[in-house]
Amino acid sequence: MSGSAWERFRRSEAASGYLLVSPPAIYVMLLLAAPMATVLFFSFLTSTGGSVSTPFTLQNYAEVWSGRIYQAIMMRSLWVSMSVTLVTVLLAYPIAYFISFNVSPSKKSLWLFLITIPFWTSYVIRVSLWRVILGYDGIVDSTLMSVGLASEPVNILSNGVLSIVITLAHAYAPFAILPIFVSLEKVDRSLLEAGQDLGESRFVTFLRVTLPLTMPGVIAAVLIVFIPTVGDYITPELIGGGKVPMIANVIESQMLKQRDQAMGSALAMTVMLIVAAVSVAFVLLNRRFLGARK
Amino acid sequence: MTNTATTDRPDMIEFRDVHKYYGDYHALRGITATIKAGEFFSLLGPSGCGKTTLLRTIAGFESISSGVVLIDGKNMEGVAANVRPTNMVFQSYAIFPHLSVEENVGFGLRRDPMSKADKAKAVAEALEMVGLKGYGKRAAHALSGGQRQRVALARALILKPKVLLLDEPLSALDKKMREQMQVELIRLQRQVGITFILVTHDQEEALVMSDRIAVMFEGQIAQLADPETLYRRPNSRKVADFIGTMNFMPAKILSENGKVEVEAMGFGRVELDASQVMGSGSGEVSVGLRPETLTILFEGQTATDRESMATVEEVVYYGDMTYYDLRLDGADHPVRISMRNVFGRPVLDIGARTRVAWSPGALVLFR
Repeated sequence: MSGSAWERFRRSEAASGYLLVSPPAIYVMLLLAAPMATVLFFSFLTSTGGSVSTPFTLQNYAEVWSGRIYQAIMMRSLWVSMSVTLVTVLLAYPIAYFISFNVSPSKKSLWLFLITIPFWTSYVIRVSLWRVILGYDGIVDSTLMSVGLASEPVNILSNGVLSIVITLAHAYAPFAILPIFVSLEKVDRSLLEAGQDLGESRFVTFLRVTLPLTMPGVIAAVLIVFIPTVGDYITPELIGGGKVPMIANVIESQMLKQRDQAMGSALAMTVMLIVAAVSVAFVLLNRRFLGARK
Repeated sequence: MTNTATTDRPDMIEFRDVHKYYGDYHALRGITATIKAGEFFSLLGPSGCGKTTLLRTIAGFESISSGVVLIDGKNMEGVAANVRPTNMVFQSYAIFPHLSVEENVGFGLRRDPMSKADKAKAVAEALEMVGLKGYGKRAAHALSGGQRQRVALARALILKPKVLLLDEPLSALDKKMREQMQVELIRLQRQVGITFILVTHDQEEALVMSDRIAVMFEGQIAQLADPETLYRRPNSRKVADFIGTMNFMPAKILSENGKVEVEAMGFGRVELDASQVMGSGSGEVSVGLRPETLTILFEGQTATDRESMATVEEVVYYGDMTYYDLRLDGADHPVRISMRNVFGRPVLDIGARTRVAWSPGALVLFR
């Protein structure tokens, strides 16, 4: 009986499905789930000089949640990442709109291709280049001074948060442009004519028709930009010169410099929790918009 | 169907030598026509003839390269689509998928100064008018094709436009639904009294619904007439071929003095009235006749006008009708005729010899 059931399963479509999915599933289990479980486990242990041991404790979390510095850095991370998300999506929308509505269909893929060009260079190199652009006597400064808009170097780089936002917004622009572009492409153009036919100007039609219909794309863009930027590590290190650390830098320092793996784990779990909460909120919002079409 | 009273009505739309180019492509080639107020007017033609382009120049979605479009006496040059006194039912219906049925219908009322309660009442009335009472709260994406169509109609009519534009509104519906909507559109048009302009490639639909029809080919109006004239007196072989079925027989003109005497293959010598003669005289000469103008004579029946002999070459049985391909004696190809099936009367077999009755008055001469 059980033999024949096994036989039936072996021949079923489900079995071949499991077979196909098993290599990535094993990979994810080993390299994502297992390390995360370890981090979760560590976060409840006590740190003892470069290692962790029992007893189990909630002390790490208590420190993370009550520590002034942690709170401040966490808030800064969220603030930077929200600013980056806002700036990126606000700039990405018009670009995506332009490509979708104003570029002739035969040239659209060329435009999308051009947008991905920044990805041809390494992220670290791109970040370093922003130092040259924004730094003291850099390209921005020399340009401003040569046209007489500034009498001395502005040195945007000295404003850590601002330069981090500029750098990240540039880095994540394509990630925001693409989902918005896709959602704009899906908008039936006759709907826009209908909006105008019913007495609304182009702009009001955009607000009443195009924008609500492309909200799923906008929300996808928000998530794609927000989630990785909260935990961004390289940019604060290279641009801010480590002077304006974000939460990832603190975790790194706890884990590797201070060798307090329990504390680092508790911080990491906290960040994950916050990001997850924000993401779930957006996913629910997205479902509301997705529910309205089909 | 034919409404002679429309000729007394004022002009609602006037085209004066309208041209439209897309790059090198000459889409509209000098359209001059007037559409009367309260008329059910159709633009009929094969795809690519410019009928939709012409409709879109009225709506304001398409600019014209030269000429003038007047709506209710006003030149529409530079007038944007959103301020024109026209509303459109789109081919795809263009129902807003993120809004409910009542939000769709009330979409155009946003700028209307009437109170919220009055707007809700207007929406409910519009929905009732198109037979969608109680559907207001439904999500637009949960509607069937026929219901979307009705929402599109309600959404346009609620704004009381001077002209309602319908771009192939029935083409996406199945046959039964289409016939039902045809009747409903006619009823609606009579009820609201608004000028309806319908774009269609379906000649039957145009004949059923319109007061007048403009038949278009290659960016030009080939004939503009009421359905009966269009069917009985098409002004060219091309129009005749497009509207219903027309049989053509080669002919020779024998004499011409007021009346035209011709020798037509299978029909012999016939004398035709000047009103039956179409064309400029430059084309090949042929006579045309509709399938129902030739009648098979059964035993005991006699012709009231002319009578000929023919052989049955093909029989297509449709239940209520039978179509025969008959070869008239002396003709080199058959004509297709239609006969209503009457109880107790046999359907002829292929190869049967039969007498047929016809009348010279039903023929049209093309030359």
